[in-house]
Amino acid sequence: MEKNGRRGFMGKAFGAVAAVGAVGSLVAMKKSWDPLPSVKAAGFTTLDMTAYTAGELVTEKWRGKPIFVLKKTPEMVAKQNEDDKARDIIVNGEHFMVAIGLCTHLGCIPAYYPDEEGFICACHGGQFDFAGMVTKVPPPRGLDIPPFRIDGNKLVLGEIGPEYENMKENGVTL
Amino acid sequence: MAHFEKATSVKDWLNQRLAIEKVEKVMASEYWIPKNINFLWAMGMVLMITFILLLVSGIFLLMYYQPNVATAFDSVNYTIMREVGFGWLWRHIHGVAASVVFLIIYIHMFTGIYYGSYKKGREMIWISGMLLFITFSAEAFSGYMLPWGQMSYWAGMVITNIFSLGGLHLDGLVEWIRGDYVPAQAFLNRFFMLHVLLLPLAILGLIGLHFAALRIPHVNNQDGEEIDFDAEAQKYLAGDKKGSKVMRFANDFMSKDMMVVGIYLIFFFYLVFYHYNFAMDPVNFDPADGLKTPAHIYPEWYFLWSYEILRPFSVNIGLIAFGFAQVIFVLLPFLDRSPNTVPANRRGAFGIWFWLLLVDMIVLTAMGKLPPEGAFSTIGLVAALAFIALWIALPFITAKEKKL
Ligand code: HEM
Ligand code: FES
Repeated sequence: MEKNGRRGFMGKAFGAVAAVGAVGSLVAMKKSWDPLPSVKAAGFTTLDMTAYTAGELVTEKWRGKPIFVLKKTPEMVAKQNEDDKARDIIVNGEHFMVAIGLCTHLGCIPAYYPDEEGFICACHGGQFDFAGMVTKVPPPRGLDIPPFRIDGNKLVLGEIGPEYENMKENGVTL
Repeated sequence: MAHFEKATSVKDWLNQRLAIEKVEKVMASEYWIPKNINFLWAMGMVLMITFILLLVSGIFLLMYYQPNVATAFDSVNYTIMREVGFGWLWRHIHGVAASVVFLIIYIHMFTGIYYGSYKKGREMIWISGMLLFITFSAEAFSGYMLPWGQMSYWAGMVITNIFSLGGLHLDGLVEWIRGDYVPAQAFLNRFFMLHVLLLPLAILGLIGLHFAALRIPHVNNQDGEEIDFDAEAQKYLAGDKKGSKVMRFANDFMSKDMMVVGIYLIFFFYLVFYHYNFAMDPVNFDPADGLKTPAHIYPEWYFLWSYEILRPFSVNIGLIAFGFAQVIFVLLPFLDRSPNTVPANRRGAFGIWFWLLLVDMIVLTAMGKLPPEGAFSTIGLVAALAFIALWIALPFITAKEKKL
């Protein structure tokens, strides 16, 4: 068959139409799998930081994820290393560990052992200290800290305050 | 236009329009099977029957199952199990078949490795088979999400997190796959779609490809002998049935196949009626709770070996090792450099390699089930390293093999 004949032209014309259609449908398919706007708008959680007892872990919820809140005891604050200090969230002079309670390895919820003052992840044996720093692999980094803004006695999760921005810049959290 | 005559019978009428006699010959009575094979060659048929059991039981489950995070758990554990007449039967058939199908797949795979049935023209059979293994894995995983119990939720969380690819932090990709920040309604709905439509369709297509790939090379035999199928078929058709090295697929080979299937089905329904519990994880009888991880998360037994390869390493290395384990089997026809297509026990070093691989995978499976502590961690790590080392060694030991 001749290369530049009528059939060749028709083939190319169809190819062009099909390519446009294929790209269009891929875009539509990708977008159909995106999280819905209602899911994305799923709001902000406000925590009253005066309500916690030192040394006791409380699990809150933000965007369907568990949030660990641990008010540190004075002994804990005293023995923190540099990494731990960088992760401190200080509200009204009190020191808190606030972190997303999902293991940074593959997302199980590590359990808190008050006697050892640390977390152990049952899934693959990862461990974290009371400040959320990783102390045993496989988790690649400390527990992630959710975006937060300090508002008097309150902590607003989902909003970005200067303290959070600082942590992000210094690579304390992702 | 084609010429049609007044039909003499229903068969003749169909024959003129659909060539059913010719189709029957091509597909069955003149599709030739070597005589020199054993019961392990029936595993393909056993797999086909098991897939049909999954399909039929799945259709009945589908009539009452509700893909909604609020009602899914009860629709399975209450409606199907207690209200629907014989609902428990469909669920137990479905659960037991989903587990046993992997046992048969592994036997089928290791039979192929032992007899060298992935070589010399049979590469596409092997590759299509591995694609089936991958889609079956996805099918089993998506099905496991549906009852929306604790194991559904947490397995869904852990497995989708793998797609953030560790140090690459592709959290956006993970959220895109889930349609949410955590597994929730969008997640359950799309995995339901995958489980009951897209993946079964893909499986059907791949089964077609697998069979088509068998057509030209035919099945291998116990000695890896290269058979001239045309000549042997001539001999058979000329009346020398004894002297011919081949037999008809139907009814000759089929009758033996179905004998094995019969024994299998007795074993299968024994499990369905008396021992279905092994296929039903007790932890999954607690409804999904995003704020509570089960004490110990492990996958179904058939994923344990690859899970154990992920576990002992730091996250990035673990993922690389896991990815390696997922694809390496597909490459087997190209990693085996030896010209010999004979059973592993006649291939020297390869024979040892075969048994080491099998034992290593059993050890990995056992360690994957145990908590990741102390000696188990160490044995798991050694077995994971051994798995990788075995595959790296394969091209070298097979290249050294002498031509038989
Ligand atoms: C191809 C192989 C298949 C595999 C390996 C498989 C695997 C599974 C597994 C592991 C479960 C969870 C079992 C349980 O907890 O009860 C499940 C559930 C389910 N499957 Fe399948 N399945 C397959 C095919 C199908 C097909 C073809 C359909 C329907 C068209 C189907 C429909 C369902 C439904 C509705 C459920 C939820 C009910 C339940 O959890 O008992 N499956 N499947
Ligand atoms: S998910 Fe925590 S160690 Fe793997």
